[in-house]
Amino acid sequence: MPGLKEIRKRINSVKSTKQITKAMKMVSAAKFRKAQARITELKPYAEKMEQVLAGLAGSVGTGHPLLEVRPIKQVEILTLTGDRGLCGAFNTNVMKAAVKTIKELQAQGYSVSVSSIGKKGFDLFKRREISLRKSWTGLSGKINYATAQEIAKDLTENFIKGTFDELILVYNEFKSAVVQRVRTSQLLPMAPIKGEEKAADTVDIIFEPNQQAIFESLVPKNVEIQIFRALLDSQAAEEAARMTAMENATKAANDMIARLTLKYNKARQESITKELMDIVGGVEALKQ
Amino acid sequence: MENKIRLEVVTPHGPVVSEDVDELTATGSEGEFGVLAGHANLVTTLQIGILQTKKGANVEYFFINSGYAEVISDRVIILADSAERAEDINLERAMEAKKRAEERLKQENIDFARASASLQRATTRILIASRK
Repeated sequence: MPGLKEIRKRINSVKSTKQITKAMKMVSAAKFRKAQARITELKPYAEKMEQVLAGLAGSVGTGHPLLEVRPIKQVEILTLTGDRGLCGAFNTNVMKAAVKTIKELQAQGYSVSVSSIGKKGFDLFKRREISLRKSWTGLSGKINYATAQEIAKDLTENFIKGTFDELILVYNEFKSAVVQRVRTSQLLPMAPIKGEEKAADTVDIIFEPNQQAIFESLVPKNVEIQIFRALLDSQAAEEAARMTAMENATKAANDMIARLTLKYNKARQESITKELMDIVGGVEALKQ
Repeated sequence: MENKIRLEVVTPHGPVVSEDVDELTATGSEGEFGVLAGHANLVTTLQIGILQTKKGANVEYFFINSGYAEVISDRVIILADSAERAEDINLERAMEAKKRAEERLKQENIDFARASASLQRATTRILIASRK
């Protein structure tokens, strides 16, 4: 039976842990709302771009190096994780899915290269001794469109150069504040852009410099948008996961405090009873 | 409304402008172009440049970081990588960026396109901010 003092010390330490988890939960909640707002902000842009591309694809055809499906020899897996832990299975889920995909692809005879976004992915791959072609870290909280552009540039250049013939992205998709799902989606070659037949009103539009050039300059933007969206999605999912994890930790701390308090009170009562018995015993002894 | 054009500037960070204007001037990839109500339908890519809007006597300037513009029946939609109102431009930061870009351009083995693009962004920002 631990002494009273030790129990009290433990209660205090659990209490301060609880304060930390509670604060972290609130911070995550604020960050989560911000991330969610940014997803909403991107939507009109992404939708409009899709419309424009579909319109152009309808009139100029869909030829573009980024859309070209080549015989696959080399597949690149891009994982998207957070920079920090304490968010439940958020990062490990991505890792598990990525490792599974890598094994499947290798079993099918493809060679696989890996690149990662996020400090956690970098660490976990290092531990598994998987070498990375490229990694981006330290992006948490600093994600903007320029970041996505930079990443997209590296990936599209390498795709066109033939470093890899297919690019698969593994990341946490944001479903709702409580649900995150790991998603594996093919980024490159891009899914074919469905052309929209709008011959009637494209006739009297002036194109500068010309339709083909406009189409070609917009296709890479689609990759940027997809990466940007994945980055935002993953960030919202990460904060949501952390919120849940911290909520659970706070609850566990509460339970532990209740249990320890009970134990403390029992021990206290016991020692009082013991003392009383001693006194009573002493009095009885004196009487005789 | 008569003789007005609806201008919408949308970026990945959210819409920046959504208003009716009398006149606007933007920097297309083939050069600057002006739009008045009744302009022919036009689709073009945009360079890093200035967007100027006129509403009555009120003139406003925006910084546009390359993108796409379409003018279709008195509606102008601009999709830009980023866009800033003149009053939101941080002049000091732009000055610093300009200095950095110039220094980088002097070195060898650099991504020339990237460095010159950031130089152009910086100078355009400075131009807009100092015009105010």
